[in-house]
Amino acid sequence: MFPARFDLVVAQSVGEAVEAKADAGEGGRFLAGGQSLIPMMKMRVAFPDTLIDINRIAGLGAIERANGHLQVGALARHAEVVASDATFGAIAAAAPWVADPLVRNRGTMCGSVAHCDPEGDWNSVLLATGADVVAQGPNGERSIPIAGFIDGAFTSTLGEDELVVGLRIPVPSGRSGGAYLKLERKVGDYATVAVASHLELDDSGAISAAGLALTSVNPINTKVADAEALLVGQQPSEELFAEAAELAAAAAEPRDDVRGSAAWKRQVVRTYTKRGLAAAAQQAEGS
Amino acid sequence: MAAPTTPAEIGGIGHSVQRKEDARLIEGQGNFLDDIDLPSTLHMAILRSPLAHARINGIDSSAATALDGVLAVVTGDLMDQHGLAWMPTLSGDTQAVLATDKVRYQGQEVAAVIATDPYIATDALEHIEVDYEELPPITTPQQSLEEGAALIRDEKEGQTDNLAYTWETGDQGATEEAFAQADRVVTLETHYPRSHPAPLETCGIVADVNSVTGQATIYMTSQAPHAHRTLFAMVAGLPEQNIRIVSPDIGGGFGNKVPIYPGYVVATAASLLIGQPVKWVESRTENLISTGFARDYYMKGELAVTDEGRILGLRVNMLSDQGAFYSDAQPTQFRAGLFHVVTGSYDFGAAHIDCKGAFTNKAPGGVAYRCSFRITEASYLIERLVQNAAYEVGIDPAEMRLRNFIQPEQFPYETATGFVYDSGDYPTALRTALDEVGYEDLRREQAEARAEGRLIGIGIAHFTEAVGAGPSRTYDIAGLKMIDSAELRVHPTGKAILKLGVKTQGQGHETTFAQIVAEVLGIPANDIKVEHGDTDHTPYGLGTYASRSTPVGGAATAVVARKLADKSKKIAAHLLEAADEDIELASGVFSVAGSPDRSVTIQDVALAAYTNLPEGMEYGLEDVTYYDPPNLTYPYGSYIVVVEVDPDTGVWQVQRMVALDDCGVRINPMIVEGQICGGLTEGFAMSAMQWITFDDDGNCIGANFMDYLVPTAWETPRFELLATEVPSPHHPIGAKGVGESATVGSPAAFVNAVIDALAHLGVRNIDMPVLPDRVWAAIDEAS
Repeated sequence: MFPARFDLVVAQSVGEAVEAKADAGEGGRFLAGGQSLIPMMKMRVAFPDTLIDINRIAGLGAIERANGHLQVGALARHAEVVASDATFGAIAAAAPWVADPLVRNRGTMCGSVAHCDPEGDWNSVLLATGADVVAQGPNGERSIPIAGFIDGAFTSTLGEDELVVGLRIPVPSGRSGGAYLKLERKVGDYATVAVASHLELDDSGAISAAGLALTSVNPINTKVADAEALLVGQQPSEELFAEAAELAAAAAEPRDDVRGSAAWKRQVVRTYTKRGLAAAAQQAEGS
Repeated sequence: MAAPTTPAEIGGIGHSVQRKEDARLIEGQGNFLDDIDLPSTLHMAILRSPLAHARINGIDSSAATALDGVLAVVTGDLMDQHGLAWMPTLSGDTQAVLATDKVRYQGQEVAAVIATDPYIATDALEHIEVDYEELPPITTPQQSLEEGAALIRDEKEGQTDNLAYTWETGDQGATEEAFAQADRVVTLETHYPRSHPAPLETCGIVADVNSVTGQATIYMTSQAPHAHRTLFAMVAGLPEQNIRIVSPDIGGGFGNKVPIYPGYVVATAASLLIGQPVKWVESRTENLISTGFARDYYMKGELAVTDEGRILGLRVNMLSDQGAFYSDAQPTQFRAGLFHVVTGSYDFGAAHIDCKGAFTNKAPGGVAYRCSFRITEASYLIERLVQNAAYEVGIDPAEMRLRNFIQPEQFPYETATGFVYDSGDYPTALRTALDEVGYEDLRREQAEARAEGRLIGIGIAHFTEAVGAGPSRTYDIAGLKMIDSAELRVHPTGKAILKLGVKTQGQGHETTFAQIVAEVLGIPANDIKVEHGDTDHTPYGLGTYASRSTPVGGAATAVVARKLADKSKKIAAHLLEAADEDIELASGVFSVAGSPDRSVTIQDVALAAYTNLPEGMEYGLEDVTYYDPPNLTYPYGSYIVVVEVDPDTGVWQVQRMVALDDCGVRINPMIVEGQICGGLTEGFAMSAMQWITFDDDGNCIGANFMDYLVPTAWETPRFELLATEVPSPHHPIGAKGVGESATVGSPAAFVNAVIDALAHLGVRNIDMPVLPDRVWAAIDEAS
């Protein structure tokens, strides 16, 4: 498989990368891990005129906690997220389920977030935990809440001249737990269905914050806001989670395809929501 | 298992000699097709139809031809001028090389660009304008055979419908009689879905035709280089002495590299016309959408049984989806391969098999993906049927099989469809596997689990294969008898070279065939070089597929080694000044009967063959054998799978997989086990996740490894391997061939296990792949 002709710019700094993108315009694409972009080019479904390689930019690879947040740099690979001690809850649970080991070694968390593939894992996880996408353009840096960042399938609200430089994910201060349950046909496959759950508990053991989001069953990664609202203020229980699962199943709009029927996918959403919330609650209670 | 008769340093039969080929392959020193880089090589890219069915009103290649670096755009019209727009298939049909009139499936070859590099060739494809007039696509064989369905093969003289073939065997009258006596008839209708061998290395060619001498050196990913040479000569009209096919290291074949594909023909024609080497290496998508698929059988099986669980007869109706051209690679006499081995491991007198195939707007092929000509489909059907019959009669599925097995003393056993099984002990095999898995305890656990709402299933498959085609009286492909050959040359220093008509694609021939020679002559296996794949330098043969290398090529190797052993004994007698008949050979030492201290080695004899011979004997120590097997060989096995099904999602997990194989004598037990693990993995893949399917417009779903799933180590279950060893009575070393047993036998075991978990709900069938949504739907429907 041979891609069409393209120019390559190797940026040494964020400033250079952003400038190159401004020069290249619509036909420019940033290259980090390249685990989605390069196959798309080889299959000739993507034809960028210019690739702007950001891999040599220093200082973009960190995964660290600062000011109550987990900060993930644009060059942090999925495999590094898997290995990191700084992660928590649903982030830690989801990391090993992203693609396969080969893709995780090269692919980046920020690249996956920016790609906005509705079958991608990270955007659901971030919708559940909450996160800001940090973008840099010619006029400086800005933070975009993840719910406002995702614009549609494969589209974000990122400006044409902006580069995602990192993610800022709030770290819960009290007891918390999370889960990411993913049904995939084999390692490396996109999710057939996946459910991200995030729960925080107050001193009484009641749920003080809840996040629930679905992968691969809607046109975009979808936050189940009514289920989250239902959960907050309640004591964790099997009945409560079953009720939340019904709301999640109702929020899913799956389609029949080669992976399975819509009815079955909705059933998996129901089951994985119940199981995911139970796992999150158990983790929170033990934390 | 019989103990080896040679010491480890000789490494004859029964030693797990390390694979000689691995060092080179692991260290990146293999030589695959794409590694071949001749001076002035041009590169070919193929334009393929985006539509499943359309008339071609015109092709404008002028813009593509005008691009820098493009030498030519080859179309069907140009091929037609040389009589090569169509080519014969291995099943007596014709297949378009480049489409002239219509495209008949998505991915069909329409034009080819020859350019100075592969990037330019690919770029140029986007500049070829094809004027397609869309026609309604036919995507199922049922639809295809309906009254009034559009005629797919309108170019074929006398073809008035979409029927590709019909074929019938067995005794209809006797079968009807058996059914009349039955207490009940157990019916199973199931689809063995279309799959693809998907070798890691795709297909490719470097065609190098010398315009002055006419010498055509064709490097090609070929499982059957000699047969391909002859077919090239017949189809292209090239003199056969001028054709040399070189099949280099092959990264997996599994049947996919048996046919001749249009790309090979176009590349060779282009090299002939341009006078430079032309290279074409398929992309993954090209391989998956256009080259030989496998299976796609819609089967209805009916088993006549008594209330005691005794099988009286079998009736099978089968409809195959052939795609646009009937191009199965199979022996001429058999229109649905060896599907009639569907009577399986059971002793009953009557069977009737009625097969037909239909053309559809899908890729042609019908290769046997790691199976001996449609045996996989047959084995799957009978093992699913027998399992279901046990539920209907109300006896245990293991007991059902034990009551109906062909007994050890019945061999050689002639089946109701005419196979003569050579040897076996089925009850011992199944009982050994049942003991290993702890069958009775498992049945108890299953009952306890059910009471708790958990679903555990135990699936059994006891398969019998028919491999090693085959005897010349019955088996030929395109008229070429399915014999095979070995040429053995022992050098003066006692080292040897063995040349084979068969061709490895990873099976380990360079090791195992050397071990056969080591066993007979006592030359260490590591002192024997095995050469294959180059038709100028190896004797004729039909190639490696259908588990035929060991049964046919391995037999030839044993026979040629024995010929040299006979000559060697005479030389030894001369050196030892003894009578020929007093010489005994063991592990490379020739000694005089009764005086073991009087001896010479095979190395002494080899030197003498070129230096010191008895009066009147011809110099040298070499010979060639062409082996015509007296019968097929019949490997078998008992597989047992334990699964747990999640009732909420339909997801099933394999808890245990016990696989007992009997492939007769094992030349290299380690390699045999490797073959079995690979085959079990592929069998698991087909049962759980792997299929090529199409939407209603005929678009192929499964055109890359995102959609066509090949399991990794993560999802592949752990296998527990067992063996028994009943030798083949007619094979020179008692071996039967094992490359395909596990792919043939295992899918039914996996599927039966899932069905067994749901059997109490009344579930009797879920088509492969047994996807979780199908399982969940089956549970939902039943309850």
